[in-house]
Amino acid sequence: MPKININGKEIEFEPGMTILQACEIAGAEIPRFCYHERLSIAGNCRMCLVEMDKSRKPIASCAMPAAEGMNIKTNTEMVEKARKGVMEFLLANHPLDCPVCDQGGECDLQDQSLYYGVDKSRFSENKRHVSEKYMGPLIKTQMTRCIHCTRCVRFATEVAGVPEIGAIGRGENMEITTYLEKSMESELSGNVIDLCPVGALTSKPYAFSARPWELKKTESIDVLDAVGSNIRVDTYGWEVKRILPRLNEDINEEWISDKTRYSCDGLLKQRLDTPYVKKNNKLVKCSWDEALDVIIKKFNETENSNIAGHIGDLVSLETTLAFKKFFELLKSNNLEFREKKFYVNSEDKMNYLFNSSINGIEKSDLILLVGCNPRHEATILNARIRKAFRNNKTPIFSVGNPGDQTYEYKIIGDNTQTIKDIIEEKHEFNKVFNTAKKPLIIIGESALELDSGGYIFEELKSFLNQKRLINEKWNALNILIQNASTVGALDFKILDNNNNKFEFFDNIKNNKFKILYLLNSDNLKFEKNDEFIIYQGSHGDRGAEIADVILPSAAYTEENGLYQNLEGRVQECRKASYPAGDALESWKVLNKLALAYKNKKLFDSYNTLREEVLKRLVNFNSLCQLPKYKEPSKKVNNSFKNEKMFISPMDYYFSNSISRASKVMSDCRDIKLKYLKSGTNN
Amino acid sequence: MSIKKVHSEQPENFEFNTNFKSIAEEILKKYPEKNKKSAVMPFLYLAQKQNNNWIPLAAIKYISKYLSMPYISVYEVATFYSMFNLSPVGKYFVQVCTTTPCLIRGADKIVKVCKQKISDKENQISQNGKCSWTEVECLGACVNAPMMQINNDYYEDLDEKSTSKIIDSIFKDKILKPGSYRGRKNTSPEESKTINGSEHA
Repeated sequence: MPKININGKEIEFEPGMTILQACEIAGAEIPRFCYHERLSIAGNCRMCLVEMDKSRKPIASCAMPAAEGMNIKTNTEMVEKARKGVMEFLLANHPLDCPVCDQGGECDLQDQSLYYGVDKSRFSENKRHVSEKYMGPLIKTQMTRCIHCTRCVRFATEVAGVPEIGAIGRGENMEITTYLEKSMESELSGNVIDLCPVGALTSKPYAFSARPWELKKTESIDVLDAVGSNIRVDTYGWEVKRILPRLNEDINEEWISDKTRYSCDGLLKQRLDTPYVKKNNKLVKCSWDEALDVIIKKFNETENSNIAGHIGDLVSLETTLAFKKFFELLKSNNLEFREKKFYVNSEDKMNYLFNSSINGIEKSDLILLVGCNPRHEATILNARIRKAFRNNKTPIFSVGNPGDQTYEYKIIGDNTQTIKDIIEEKHEFNKVFNTAKKPLIIIGESALELDSGGYIFEELKSFLNQKRLINEKWNALNILIQNASTVGALDFKILDNNNNKFEFFDNIKNNKFKILYLLNSDNLKFEKNDEFIIYQGSHGDRGAEIADVILPSAAYTEENGLYQNLEGRVQECRKASYPAGDALESWKVLNKLALAYKNKKLFDSYNTLREEVLKRLVNFNSLCQLPKYKEPSKKVNNSFKNEKMFISPMDYYFSNSISRASKVMSDCRDIKLKYLKSGTNN
Repeated sequence: MSIKKVHSEQPENFEFNTNFKSIAEEILKKYPEKNKKSAVMPFLYLAQKQNNNWIPLAAIKYISKYLSMPYISVYEVATFYSMFNLSPVGKYFVQVCTTTPCLIRGADKIVKVCKQKISDKENQISQNGKCSWTEVECLGACVNAPMMQINNDYYEDLDEKSTSKIIDSIFKDKILKPGSYRGRKNTSPEESKTINGSEHA
């Protein structure tokens, strides 16, 4: 490896690195505003100037490639003077409004001017003023503060794939704006707030609500989709003030989706804080004892086989297991987690995982989407696909039309016959596929929902198996599931044993169940007959509306819990706040119910529950790691039917009870619907 | 120069007419298919030429679709260059150079005349609807300072009198001869036909 001399220290660097990266290895800190590891290099803030031998002028280290034998100095008088000069220019037009700026306390400009700036200003002229720009309901702008680093412009074009932000005008009059001040149409738009090194782009919902140093920070994970992005939950007392991303190279890098970031105001609204019982067709507040009495009475009256339970989309592994245990106590196994009738074979763990792993997307050399819309179903995962498309020019194909995915792809067919042709090696696509060394097939829930869902899944699996693409090193079979609770529910087999006949759904329809226990379940669509519905959850949403008894429990930021993401990684969601009012942690509710019903606790403590969860997980490796590999079992035969590959549209901003309670999310949804109606799509 | 204002009244549609379309196709041939967005500047220029010397938003959309570019990128280019107008200008568009050499030689007096004769403010169309003026940076004719440009012609070595004369005549749709207004030939020295003042080759 080539060597470079930094401040008299000789270090080795990888070819292709810039001087700034080499300096980082050497431990020499370099201030910067425009440079960002995950974006292209712009070199326009000039803050990273360093001194190089044989160069009379200081050089911008972020844009200069490091080369063998260079002699770099970062601690000389010249560098210090250069930094001070640049800082003075940056501050010439930057308003001194830190006391009323939301970035205060976590502002790069503030911090760096403290370390590298001058204490006085020599600029006595008028500062420039830039009018505010509208960028949608999520981003608040104060463009006078902008220092034109263009990070947001580069993020929008490169990572988010929606080239809508740009710099208009020039020189002193340059302004950052979206085209004609339309709102940014991306599910990743919130990330520009984190990228902005000053207070020009700040969070609109969080505006003026807290200072960063007075917030309690809890490292947790997101459960609003199945990706399991790593987040930091900032709370002030009980309230969750904001949610920020946390670095995890394996999952979300440092981005999170807008739903993850901005649903948090939903945690404060429509909360169930006390038990309710339906009296005279009206839900009235009651005590825990009263609610439990009603339920136990009903349990005793009803035959066990007529009691059913449904698990919702945000349920942790612990609660899932406790629910299963509780139903064992009831001697009923009418359990289900699916919200729609999609095919799933819970025999092998690989049958319901994204086996290639999210990192694997970047290694693959061909991607085939089968009936899925990753942009809405797993936004962060889609950002990875776009990264692969941009960096490696990975060709992407799709069966079915998922709409704009922020990258180019080729639709090779829109009915199931296409898949049959591929499996029988009769399709043109096979030629391309056979040349790929690490292809990747992503099957969405929409494809599994079809009548031939079973055929699509089982035949594609055996097709890949025959091609030796399912092994420990590379597993091309990927299922894109949508809910955070799905993998856990499948591990604990929360589905009717007679696998894919969907008896559970038929029984609801035929009014066989007399008691239906909805555990945080709001997305199950069915017509209520005379069944007695128990709803346990955190929000007064669809499930609570039809309930006869409501048991309040905690939301995901209010209890500890393990979740398995779509790759099968087990991650810990930590308690940042506490449940609202009389609400209890979900597993405690079930414990309480069991105690009242059979005078027997399900679990003695949270720790015993967690231990049992970890013991019963399938192919469990260790926390935050991918699960172990196991050879696939034999295939199940399924019948084929030629039908249209219909990708069921997803109401992205309204997909779960917390987002539905959030005002910010509903604003975003309104704007999106308006655009769809008027057809003014960029 | 402050940021250009987008005109409030915009035409709904824009399309190159047949003549301009064929010119546009010729321009496109100069660039490889994958770099066709390089044609954005000549295209904007064409659009401006076709649409009475200003570019409507519809043209920005039309060009970005033509060249498969995001709207914002075309918009960025159109706002960056001072020679693209985003709101209507007069039939005679007067650009007065006010950069240092011209200013020293009295460009401020020319601006004053423009204010009196044409309109109080820059980029405002005169009452008779024929003319608008603006201050611009150096137009590269410093030797003949002060100067102004009307549509495609340079009027040089101006003073208040000659400027008034020029503006009065364009109001009557009579276009005067461009060039020096102190009798110089191109950039040669005053009161002499040759470079060093004597008869010389």
